[in-house]
Amino acid sequence: MAGAGLKGARERRVRTGGIELCVAELGDAARPTVLLVHGYPDSKEVWSEVATRLAEEFHVVLYDVRGHGRSTAPAPLRGGFTLEKLTDDFLAVADAVSPDRPVHLVGHDWGSVQSWEFVTVPRTEGRIASFTSMSGPSLDHFGHWIKTRMTRPTPRRVGQLLGQGAKSWYVYMLHTPVLPELAWRGPLGKRWPKLLERLEKIPAGDYPTASLPGDAAHGAWLYRDNVRARLSRPRPDAFAHAPVQLITPTGDAFLSERLYDDLGSWVPQLTRRTLPAKHWVPRTRPDQLAAWIGEFVRAHEEPSARGARPAGQPVRKGVRPEHAERFGGQLVLVTGAASGIGRATAFAFAEAGARVVAVDRDAEGAARTAEMARLIGAPEAWGETADVSDEQEMEKLAAKVAADHGVVDVLVNNAGIGLTGSFFETTPEEWKRVLDVNLWGVIHGCRTFGAQMAARGQGGHIVNTASAAAFQPSRALPAYSTSKAAVLMLSECLRAELAGQDIGVSAICPGIVNTGITATTRFAGVADEAEEKRRQRKASRMYGLRNYPPEKVADAILDAVLHNRAVVPVTPEARGAHVLSRLAPNALRALARWQPPA
Amino acid sequence: MTSAVASELTAELRGFREVQRLSYACAEAVAAQLRPGVTEREAARMQREWLYERGVRDWFHRPFAWFGDRTAFVDFRIPLQFFPTNRRLEPGMPFILDMAPVYKGYTADIGYSGCLGLDPLHDKLLADLREHRELILREVRERRSLREIYEDVDRLMVRQGYANRHRAYPFGVIAHKIDRVRERRFAPTLFGFGTQSLKGLASDALHGHRDGWSPLWSPYKFSDHPPTTGLWAVEPHLGFRGTGAKFEEILVVTDSRDPEQSAFWLDDDLPHVRRWNEGAV
Repeated sequence: MAGAGLKGARERRVRTGGIELCVAELGDAARPTVLLVHGYPDSKEVWSEVATRLAEEFHVVLYDVRGHGRSTAPAPLRGGFTLEKLTDDFLAVADAVSPDRPVHLVGHDWGSVQSWEFVTVPRTEGRIASFTSMSGPSLDHFGHWIKTRMTRPTPRRVGQLLGQGAKSWYVYMLHTPVLPELAWRGPLGKRWPKLLERLEKIPAGDYPTASLPGDAAHGAWLYRDNVRARLSRPRPDAFAHAPVQLITPTGDAFLSERLYDDLGSWVPQLTRRTLPAKHWVPRTRPDQLAAWIGEFVRAHEEPSARGARPAGQPVRKGVRPEHAERFGGQLVLVTGAASGIGRATAFAFAEAGARVVAVDRDAEGAARTAEMARLIGAPEAWGETADVSDEQEMEKLAAKVAADHGVVDVLVNNAGIGLTGSFFETTPEEWKRVLDVNLWGVIHGCRTFGAQMAARGQGGHIVNTASAAAFQPSRALPAYSTSKAAVLMLSECLRAELAGQDIGVSAICPGIVNTGITATTRFAGVADEAEEKRRQRKASRMYGLRNYPPEKVADAILDAVLHNRAVVPVTPEARGAHVLSRLAPNALRALARWQPPA
Repeated sequence: MTSAVASELTAELRGFREVQRLSYACAEAVAAQLRPGVTEREAARMQREWLYERGVRDWFHRPFAWFGDRTAFVDFRIPLQFFPTNRRLEPGMPFILDMAPVYKGYTADIGYSGCLGLDPLHDKLLADLREHRELILREVRERRSLREIYEDVDRLMVRQGYANRHRAYPFGVIAHKIDRVRERRFAPTLFGFGTQSLKGLASDALHGHRDGWSPLWSPYKFSDHPPTTGLWAVEPHLGFRGTGAKFEEILVVTDSRDPEQSAFWLDDDLPHVRRWNEGAV
């Protein structure tokens, strides 16, 4: 009988050191082996979502750590869970499932803690091809981390110590005798699934399994047998002998991001990733994990890829590492990507290693954006033609993108057009056009791609390009400002609605940026084409003199996603107007009366 | 490819072509010697010495060398930043060599873009310069105003997704006139520019100012006139996220009524043109 969610798994039992481990295998055994190690309090079923995704391409192996799930527990328990014994278990499983090829190790939580031991002790050398770690530091590295901070306690270091010290409350609890066991076998064990659902937002289902109380009770010895010993006397030689991919959930309640600050000195080949999620990423972000694990395994499997740049590391200079860590491999869709802010945004995501879909009415421009994006670091990029104001086209596009490339992780609704002129000179058709593109374009984008994001339930981010005109009124821009103010409010409302699903929504208010929008702006009330051209040229020249580059707006967009910001005014004038709109709205009203010279 | 009317070049044009070829030969020779660790200053000195050995004594401007993101003039705020620095060349880095020697009284001003190793992005930039070379010649033959041509080049760059980096040059010029220079034994330079050439440029600027034209081809109003006859060193410069590429060569503008003869590139046998032609085959 296979465990919950591990349909079609082949099971075997591996005997080692007086106990029996329950090992499950999925996928073609001839493919590279990916070995998934679970954490505490868990059993191998925590990986079910990730394992089924990986099994399409790899030989996936999971096992219940001793004392967990359907593996037997050592007797006596005390002293039966040392990292040395866990290493024996790992070697026994690895030898059984992949006797002549090294395995790709993946660990979460305590599975990662013990995998760090595997990857840093000499006797496993040559048995591990790569290691992907999430939410579980090496106890030795952790010990050194504490030591350096205790011996030279600068205020920042003391802060880091106290921060992690507070997050580790459960470790102290687990060191008390008997009580944790009683709690787990009693009320805590019963309430745990609901707690996970509420606090960690883990989708309800067949996880956690029925073995939880026993797993958790036995697993307390993982802490008692190792934590004090290793933290007080960390090994000085805990260097990794395999490439490591570190995936750090930024919302982890138990582990500070700062724990990994010094990791570079322990791991010669380190790839960092960040994920806006809580602790249980194998349950909440299986798609992203499977993608990153797959990419990392492929990069360290094929001999041709060896010596090439490590997966996820920026190729180009000047790319901020935090962007590459966060956006590497993600699917990003940008509308209005044939020029201006949209194109610069597509390029910025491409440089960070994201896969980019560039959408625009201008097919040639979108294709060009995609082509250049591939040249600067996007592993894949596509140009798509669509008019954002056309509902059917957007629905078709959304279906096509989902079928061909998957659900988008970051959606940038950027397409917009300019319209200026007095209210009474603006015709209903002009009103309709500007609202169709600037507002309805955003609505269609959020409805189609946002719906896919929400349905997937694994987070994501939506960026809507509003404008400083959203809070700076002007007699010269009634229609444009109205459309952008609507986008701003739409973003705020949507942000509230989607917060529960870990989907962030940001509104970007750029201000005066040197892009092509001025060259296509419609001047309401100007019937003469030559006169309109003249005014467009003049506006372009003014914007050119201001010369605020769209690249800086793109950078602000990436930061907005990274930090999940709600409203981001970009240029100094936009920031100034944003502050004034709250402190001294009358000043903006006075400014709104100013009529720009024709 | 639009070809120069090479058959019947006057002696004067042959003189200019000779120094332009010499300059490109220098650029290719120096580029071939660039190794990781060479600094911009060293690269500039190599150009200077190579040309000095072959008889160059005066300059329109002394040789420049830009490495890495300096090829795209990233964060250039003051003109002093154009001068060669101690930045070292690294594998994969793009570079630009730019020199303007005076030889036997003839001036050339050339720019040579290269890359230490393979970079598909750099190749793309170089390939995309071709369209600019064709656009400029076409519109000069149409006798469009220089300012308009400048704006068209600008628009083409934007469409290609690039930033206009010749905007960073003094006065934002895409080209400037060059002329013969009197050979003197004493040929000092001022901020890297030969005083003789500066004098010529200043005198042109003065005459131009009276007659409504300028020896500087810029985006500003003083360039709002049809191309004036003479020799223009044209230097469109593309920048893309820390990578820059340019070419610079002499465009001859004449008062001929025949469009083919009214404007032509002085020489089509230049490294970047050969590269395009080879790529096209």
